[in-house]
Amino acid sequence: MGRYLMLMGRTFSRPERFRMFWKQYVKEMASLGVDSIGIVLLISFFIGAVICIQIKLNIQSAWMPHWVSGYVTREIMLLEFSSSIMCLILSGKVGSNIASEIGTMRTTQQIDALEIMGVNPASFLILPKIAGLVTMMPLLVIFSTVSGVIGAYATAYIGGIITASDLTAGMQHDFTQWFFWMGVIKSLFFAYIIASVSSFFGYTVEGGSIEVGKASTDAVVSSSMLILFSDLFLTQLLS
Amino acid sequence: MIQINHLCKSFADKEVLKDISTMFEAGKTNLIIGQSGSGKTVLVKTLVGLFAPTSGEILYDGRNFAAMSKHEQTMLRREMGMIFQAAALFDSMSVLENVMFPLDMFSAESYARRQKRAEFCLDRVGLLDARHKAPGEISGGMQKRVAIARAISMNPKYLFCDEPNSGLDPKTSLVIDELIHSITCEYGTTTIINTHDMNSVMGIGEHILYIYEGRTEWEGTKDEVLSAHNQRLNDFIFASDLLKKAFLENNQ
Repeated sequence: MGRYLMLMGRTFSRPERFRMFWKQYVKEMASLGVDSIGIVLLISFFIGAVICIQIKLNIQSAWMPHWVSGYVTREIMLLEFSSSIMCLILSGKVGSNIASEIGTMRTTQQIDALEIMGVNPASFLILPKIAGLVTMMPLLVIFSTVSGVIGAYATAYIGGIITASDLTAGMQHDFTQWFFWMGVIKSLFFAYIIASVSSFFGYTVEGGSIEVGKASTDAVVSSSMLILFSDLFLTQLLS
Repeated sequence: MIQINHLCKSFADKEVLKDISTMFEAGKTNLIIGQSGSGKTVLVKTLVGLFAPTSGEILYDGRNFAAMSKHEQTMLRREMGMIFQAAALFDSMSVLENVMFPLDMFSAESYARRQKRAEFCLDRVGLLDARHKAPGEISGGMQKRVAIARAISMNPKYLFCDEPNSGLDPKTSLVIDELIHSITCEYGTTTIINTHDMNSVMGIGEHILYIYEGRTEWEGTKDEVLSAHNQRLNDFIFASDLLKKAFLENNQ
């Protein structure tokens, strides 16, 4: 914990060159955020569709209002899936990517090279990753929610499991705007956890390729656990 | 000029460097030689500040590195260039971007002037044509030359080379040695090379420091090294029977 805080202390220092920080920041937004859009859209589409089918076929009954399936699908996507579960999935993709990239830079002395040049490696490498992921994560949450809703409509238009009018009625029923913002706020915390914890594990690697692989796994496990715990607290805090 | 006074470095209870004192002059290629595990790399890493010394002084033109604040150390590091054993080029950048990197970070000059300087350095090591390639697309010897170009891009006062010839064929090693030597003479840098390559020792060793088990065992020049009356140094130098035979035949 102490080493993590010390690393964060070095990370959140003023960048030596804002021109270089900006360049790295844009690069990280592209590699961590834009490159994740595809998997976010794909997973969210199918999960949205599956939630809608499950509710319609297994939960909804004659005494329930016709809008229940659409309503539950929207609320699950907004409140939990797009913000928390999607971040949990991304901690696997993005977290292992960050840990292995920085870990490899450590073992191949690229971080030492930065240090000897007089560059603060923590600030140069980690700060743009944190800033980039924190910037992109809310957008990914929005894409995920929209894709989930499209998935739900696919069950109506393609599968014919539910009527589009019932789904629309559910989607529009008793919409609370705060739920959207809650998802966005949670995703900001989760993005910070993924980027900072994975960077920490990569940055503190000692050894060779086996240790880099282990750091990558540890990064995913630790950031997933932290996301789950903080999800519990944030949900209570924000609800 | 870099002066070392009574330098010691320990890891837990293991003493790796034991009371090393020497002086590395500017404009000379200073070689640190010794067997694997003798403490050469630890010495170089302590000199550049990757390891903090347990005791002793490292004076860069009279400035005590260990006594400096973090900020002062960072400023001093900008006067250093280092060539790592594995080149340590940034994988995500092209050859030109690697050489431009120190300039991008610390130079206030325009992009065109920074690029021109980087291209000059690449031309100096004979790799201007490879400037748009990725480090993974060029050979190990070329990577070392790019590392040299990157190290000299900021006109360093101090140049450190950690086993620059490791993994290279003899001909490429010679090219690297000559390049480092000519840069040292041309720019008057204080160059410190950590090596166990005897060709480098005999080719460019203007000042040689032989380390044995973390201690200074012998110091001298390449002209003195073959006739030195030091059993451990002789055992190290003449570890190859071929070299020993050639030396004895020469003397007869």
